[in-house]
Amino acid sequence: MSKLTKKDVEHVARLSNLKLTPQETEKYLKQLSEVINYVEELGEVDTSQTEPTSQTTGLEDRLRLDEVKAERTLTKDEALSGTDKTHNGYFVVPAILEERSDK
Amino acid sequence: MDTPLTIKETQEGLLKGKFTAVGLVDSYLERINKHNKDLNAFLAVCEEEAYKKAKEVDERIKSLKEKAFTDFPLLGITVSYKDLFLTKGVRTTAGSKVLQDYVPPYSATVVERLEKAGCIMLGKTNCDAWAHGASGENSDFGPTRNPWNKDFVPGGSSSGSAASVAANLTLISTGTDTGGSIRQPANFCGVVGLKPTYGAVSRYGIVAMGSSVDSIGHFSRSVEDSEAIFNVTKGEDGKDGTVKDATFMAPKAKMRLGIPKEYFIEGLDKEVEKAVLASSEVFKKEGVELVDVSLPHTKYAISVYYIVQPAEVSSNLGRYDGIRYGKDRGSFGAEAKRRIMLGSYVLSAGYYDAYYLKAQKVRSKIIKDFEGAFAKVDAIIAPVSPTPPFALGEKSGSPLQMYLADILTVAGNLAGIPGLAVPSGFTKKGLPLGFQLLGPRFSEYVLFELGKLYQKATNYEPKAAF
Repeated sequence: MSKLTKKDVEHVARLSNLKLTPQETEKYLKQLSEVINYVEELGEVDTSQTEPTSQTTGLEDRLRLDEVKAERTLTKDEALSGTDKTHNGYFVVPAILEERSDK
Repeated sequence: MDTPLTIKETQEGLLKGKFTAVGLVDSYLERINKHNKDLNAFLAVCEEEAYKKAKEVDERIKSLKEKAFTDFPLLGITVSYKDLFLTKGVRTTAGSKVLQDYVPPYSATVVERLEKAGCIMLGKTNCDAWAHGASGENSDFGPTRNPWNKDFVPGGSSSGSAASVAANLTLISTGTDTGGSIRQPANFCGVVGLKPTYGAVSRYGIVAMGSSVDSIGHFSRSVEDSEAIFNVTKGEDGKDGTVKDATFMAPKAKMRLGIPKEYFIEGLDKEVEKAVLASSEVFKKEGVELVDVSLPHTKYAISVYYIVQPAEVSSNLGRYDGIRYGKDRGSFGAEAKRRIMLGSYVLSAGYYDAYYLKAQKVRSKIIKDFEGAFAKVDAIIAPVSPTPPFALGEKSGSPLQMYLADILTVAGNLAGIPGLAVPSGFTKKGLPLGFQLLGPRFSEYVLFELGKLYQKATNYEPKAAF
């Protein structure tokens, strides 16, 4: 049985782009451990001869024509309507690059 | 005025001039204004839109008479939408603060189809945030209460939808069922709930939770009405690649109903058990043969589900970054954070094979169980929830205990099969009881036939909590 550690919780929080307070980390460590320990029961099931299932429709490679249809397209204004943070018809995003400090 | 309780009653009343659609909207809004403070079933009420549509409905009936109902099968039917369904121009929150100011620029396919069929939207209903929950208590906008007894939960996650029908604040409502979120609240609120086959109804325009399990259905007071709604919502829309126009199975003259022993588990409430067995006897009297069946991997369904579903949740909720719409990730509530992290964990390097891949394999076994059972029977009858409605606050301290509330519903989602929750009576305390019928993929009309047979045999009278 694997044991979830505080480091694991901090790691998955980072993977999930979530910021946790130290109290939250403690709380989730306990709660997530409970669930993880519960689902460990699947180890009892012999699946050595079993293929995995990812979907139930049996449909594969369903394609549609590569065409523009107004009914499934948003106008620029509609696409931008969910935020106030726009600039010249673009979304404003947080900076991911920093200015060089060695110049 | 007494509001009608079925589609037929509504449309006959409109046609005969017993009431107008505007008059109907008046009385529903009056009831909503009076009772919603206590129930917290609605997050938004669309007064203006409702009156506008009602006037159109009245005009249409005036000019087309009876033909209006052939052209518009749900003409004059009031509907509330779970706040996971995008409604163009009407705020859609998914029950979460992240989307508390989000006004979508388009509508879900199901919303468009219902509107086109003549439905009148009354508003948007409360739900567990992102559909994560089995009690309605995870909503960021406060819990919904059970109309039959306000100290109890209405079930979840489609809490407000089920409650709005039970309290007669609307005639029908929509919901989503990822692990039981339609059948369980239908069961707790004493109404009919349909979880269709995965792939029968489009998910387009509905806030995604677990993409391989999300199923789009609805609530009504009779099985007949559930079928009428399904006739409008089902089928391809060209926007959801998992939906196909299937050939549905037809009900047979002589049917067999399976009783799976694994659903009558230790810890199953005695009143629930008695009610389901009594309902199966009703079927027997009507000439349906009862057959014992076995679904040996049922007990693992909850573990499979709480790996597969959070994995898909972590991916689907990745899009909420506060850039294009909504608030940033700091606004997620505790349950969403738990599921995102659980999902990230089971998908992360070193754990993928042990958890996610293992769960997908056991999922295959669960599907095989159902295939084996459906080789012998046309449908299965089972309890929906191990207990009748529980009290508010009773399980909210322990996420694991709340997850276990889904124990009898999740297998159906993992297998992608349809389920119909049907009310059957009340506990000694006056809380709703019922059962679910499960069938093979695309057997909805078999389930409807069985459900109608049951309601006819028991002289079922549609009723509201008050």
